[in-house]
Amino acid sequence: MTALHASGLGKRYRQRWALSDCTLQIPEGRVVGLVGPNGAGKSTLLNLAVGLLAPDAGTITVLDGQPASGPDQLAKVGFVAQDTPVYAGLSVADHLRFGAHLNPGWDAAYAESRIERLGLDPGQRAGKLSGGQRAQLALTLALAKRPRLLILDEPVASLDPLARREFLQDLMEAVAEHEVSIILSSHLVNDLERVCDYLVVLAASRVQIAGDVDALIASHHRLIGPRRDPASLPSDQQVIQASHTDRQSTLIVQSRHPVLDPAWTVEQLNLEDLVLAYMSQASETARGRRPMLEVQR
Amino acid sequence: MLVIEFHLDARSGVAPYLQLIHQVRHALRLDMLREGEQLPTVKDVAAGLAINPNTVLKAYRELEYQGLAAARPGRGTFITGTLSGASVAAQEPLRRELRRWLGKARRSGMDEESIEALFLTTFRSATSEEEIA
Repeated sequence: MTALHASGLGKRYRQRWALSDCTLQIPEGRVVGLVGPNGAGKSTLLNLAVGLLAPDAGTITVLDGQPASGPDQLAKVGFVAQDTPVYAGLSVADHLRFGAHLNPGWDAAYAESRIERLGLDPGQRAGKLSGGQRAQLALTLALAKRPRLLILDEPVASLDPLARREFLQDLMEAVAEHEVSIILSSHLVNDLERVCDYLVVLAASRVQIAGDVDALIASHHRLIGPRRDPASLPSDQQVIQASHTDRQSTLIVQSRHPVLDPAWTVEQLNLEDLVLAYMSQASETARGRRPMLEVQR
Repeated sequence: MLVIEFHLDARSGVAPYLQLIHQVRHALRLDMLREGEQLPTVKDVAAGLAINPNTVLKAYRELEYQGLAAARPGRGTFITGTLSGASVAAQEPLRRELRRWLGKARRSGMDEESIEALFLTTFRSATSEEEIA
């Protein structure tokens, strides 16, 4: 079963394509990190997935259904929008009552015990909560509806480091407990490095790479050696990034096979290096069209 | 009873699931973890470290594959093997010898960094010679 399937998906605001030619197949049961610079199209993709926006090109299905196509679809998908909005004038308890009214699968016992564990006062107005508490309230509402897929748009961006950590701890606990699939976005890969096992890099309105994190790490290498023309590399090595001095070349390549050429010192990339390589490649070639890469599991 | 607690070094560059495996093996070797004892639940590790539960599962599966642990459905993962064995008895005299050596190294004017570097380079070259032999 796929959590999200997009094919040639695009969204245009007036003349500008905020998202174009997006093709993705994300399996269920994953924690998916959607990473990219601000303005890359992350929120657009997430809003398309929950049906708050309609596509201008291509198709998207979420858990095999059309986004927001009916009560069943709405019940399957939870969404926490950017900056974890809550109703400032309503109390914490009001939010839970509201949630119970609007969601057929509402788990009231879970919501109440979570609020208690977080130490939130049910009578408190949501507008008086700290940023971290507000994010936790929004997460509680989204989890208590018992979705199969939970989508979160930059959930930790505005939180301080401690609140950020607590939020991600609770999110991972929920994944372990309820086997919910997660898609969450961030412009910082560090936020997601520990939590996600599937990565989508979005830059310049396009998917730059998508795949299982371990497979991505295993198939990318940094090669350092005497200066060499990247065109002379074996055909199974695709150059993502290259920099040269008079004597030395440093390349980031994608290759399914180990690099055995003894001229190279081969280093492993971490997730951040990998994301940055694709982002800078995207900004260099933003004008030209290039094929999308997808790493298979 | 919780026997060990995991921690992660984000800067080490070692994949988190490998770090978990190393920590279990390390605890086994030092006899801090024994046969029959339970590893922390996947949920507790995921929540405690804010890491993906699949990462924890992957580490536990690998430990099962190495014959060091076994999952009991509905109860958790338990230690079934050992790495210390006869070496526990040998550890104490070796530790004493190593301490004596460290004292000698310090008295000869070496600082901690040089001692560590000397140990590691010797350790590596000895290991690679053994592999070739």
